[in-house]
Amino acid sequence: MISFENSKNVREQYEYAESIARDIIRPQARYFDDYKHEHQEPREYEKFIWNTARKKLQSLDPSAVVPEEPFMLQLHMIEAISFGDAGFFMCLPWPALGGNAILTNGTEEQKQKLARRFAGSEPTWTCMALTEAHCGSDSSAIRTRAVRDGDHWVLNGEKLFVTSARKAMIDSKGVMVVWATVDPSAGRGGIKPFVVEAGTPGVKITKLENKLGFRASDTAVVILEDCRIPLDNLLGGHEGKGFKGAMKTFDSARPAAAANGLGIARATLDFLKDQLALNGIKIRYGTPRNLLTSIERDIVDMEAQLEAAWLLVVRAGWLVDQDRKNTLESSMSKVKAGDVITKITQKGIELMGSLGYSRRLLLEKWMRDGKVIDLFEGTGQVNRLVIARRILGYSNKELK
Amino acid sequence: MYSFEPTEEQKMVVSAAKKLALKEFRSRMRDADEKSEPAPQWFQAGWELGLLPASIPEEYGGFGEHSAVTGVLAAEELAWGDLSATLTLAAPNLVALPVLFCGSLEQKKEILPHFCTDSYAYGSAALMEPSFGFDPNSPKTTAVRKGGKYVLSGVKCNVPFAAESEWLLVYASLEGQCQAFLVKKGAPGLETKEREQNMGMNAFPLYAVELRECEIPGAQRLGGEAGCDFQLLLNASRVALAAMAVGIARAAHEYAVDYAKQRKAFGEAIAQRQSIAFTLAEIITDIDAARLLVWEAAWRIDQRKDATREAYLAINFASDMVLTAADRALQILGGYGYVRDHPVELWLRNARGFGVMEGIAIV
Repeated sequence: MISFENSKNVREQYEYAESIARDIIRPQARYFDDYKHEHQEPREYEKFIWNTARKKLQSLDPSAVVPEEPFMLQLHMIEAISFGDAGFFMCLPWPALGGNAILTNGTEEQKQKLARRFAGSEPTWTCMALTEAHCGSDSSAIRTRAVRDGDHWVLNGEKLFVTSARKAMIDSKGVMVVWATVDPSAGRGGIKPFVVEAGTPGVKITKLENKLGFRASDTAVVILEDCRIPLDNLLGGHEGKGFKGAMKTFDSARPAAAANGLGIARATLDFLKDQLALNGIKIRYGTPRNLLTSIERDIVDMEAQLEAAWLLVVRAGWLVDQDRKNTLESSMSKVKAGDVITKITQKGIELMGSLGYSRRLLLEKWMRDGKVIDLFEGTGQVNRLVIARRILGYSNKELK
Repeated sequence: MYSFEPTEEQKMVVSAAKKLALKEFRSRMRDADEKSEPAPQWFQAGWELGLLPASIPEEYGGFGEHSAVTGVLAAEELAWGDLSATLTLAAPNLVALPVLFCGSLEQKKEILPHFCTDSYAYGSAALMEPSFGFDPNSPKTTAVRKGGKYVLSGVKCNVPFAAESEWLLVYASLEGQCQAFLVKKGAPGLETKEREQNMGMNAFPLYAVELRECEIPGAQRLGGEAGCDFQLLLNASRVALAAMAVGIARAAHEYAVDYAKQRKAFGEAIAQRQSIAFTLAEIITDIDAARLLVWEAAWRIDQRKDATREAYLAINFASDMVLTAADRALQILGGYGYVRDHPVELWLRNARGFGVMEGIAIV
């Protein structure tokens, strides 16, 4: 039966995450955005999450009892934390992209190993290395090589835009999931995921990107130089789940990225509505559109767009929890969120005038942070391709 | 817990509505639009779906329980077939559902059985007025108490089946509040004027109506002395229209998809070009988004939660969305989109009605 109500568990954890966003994250958001503090880590926050918050937030702790709607819970947690600061979401010490790839595609042993890493006393992170300098969305063109040498795989290559690589590989005893090809002539068929553990020789972080936004989160260039890992570190074992596994991760990573953005969008809209109220401007909900003022119309439109985008995210997430295919719905949620966050944050500045442009407020930061939502986990264009192919029944050769 | 899965019963309603939409609505849509008259088959074939009696409890002659969610599911499917046909079939709701939601016991007993027989019973409501700045929350038509009666005065427009309807629900301002009044066919002072000529919805007969000191008994105020929750009625009306907007957008999108796949240019189907493919991807995304907004608002109505914000957001979003969807679909057809051999121009004309028409449907 159709229902638009969260379970008590989701509601409570959402509220708790939002209180962290308001009380702990938001007050630090500006500090970690400053050029002077870029590449610093919000350590206290990370420790608080590790030692305290993750006892309550089931999504963060892989050893917690699996809740009834694990992904719905995750999406709400992401949105609520991002409401405080979207980059701080990336700093959460939890399984994240790399860890989730292991949890969904790994062998029993790989899963247990990961769980042990998350049972220690120090915050631990994971990361996922997919993109390369010459290919992002076209991940079938990956050049990083994995060559079998006796009992090991030897990895060589360069990976870009690896979120949290420093946290996973240097600051903690985490793991990195590396996508590499065992046979460049095989295209997609040759690509497989490998688990590289922190401390493995041959892993170098050569650069931390200086970004437009999301500065609290590290984005690294990683070089793998004769990096030797045990044979068993092929994710999913010798039958390795390969390329399809990566794509399946995207089916949940896309709504997650969308939720990340919609937290910022909600922060923006909340702020604007508070400001309007403080200035005596009332939004006359329910009044016909042709009788609204320009500001009222902007707010109403933004609110409808945000609600619509969020419902697309929730639907994509619900499908994941139902264990149903959601590639189409997942890309829809991402396309919509990318558009909505971009428009809402840009409009937010306009409505506040020069004050909106000032770093005294967070609006300009939210616009900078928000832009990446339309880029990562598949750009807006790539996700449009995914949707279009599905509704038109085209292969990737028929619609390029 | 969230769920996006309709019940088995709702799926059956949707599938029956889909059949009707295809067989009776879509096939007669163009002809009815050209003649500016509803197809005769729409009434009885549509009535056999039993949507309205299924919303009315047994004690009033029906055989079910009202659900706005079921209503929007059906409305989308039917509007996919044709908007005028859907509005025609749903016109009796305009009286029956407000009575069901807000009517006094006497009103329910008197009026609801009328809509539970085997044949279509005309019913209608008069909300809109022909003036700039019309706001449904404060109509210029007035209701004034006179002894134990109410006197209604004002001019209404876009009133469906004004002359045929046994009961007409007239919305008027009473002491600063919008309230509804049940006016019986032939009441003195109630006059049906000229047929409206609109841009679209041609096959749905709408009329101008004038109320000249039309006196009605006090008991005919919807809800009796307690009155009605007008906001609830407006919400249910907005949700109904938003659901129909989704249906039309889906029809236009589907048509554009089929066309773009078979139309060749420069050696390949135009759908293989990103400019077309991306447009279609964006439209379907917004169609799905609008549907979710509609479902959310309808669900709130069923849960007896205030749905004012959600219904308002839904109609705002859906009315923009359907216009864009129909316009982009027409654009994809190029010149063919502009000729009446194809249905897209009709969908565009119908689409423009959303966002400006209020109170012509309710779920």
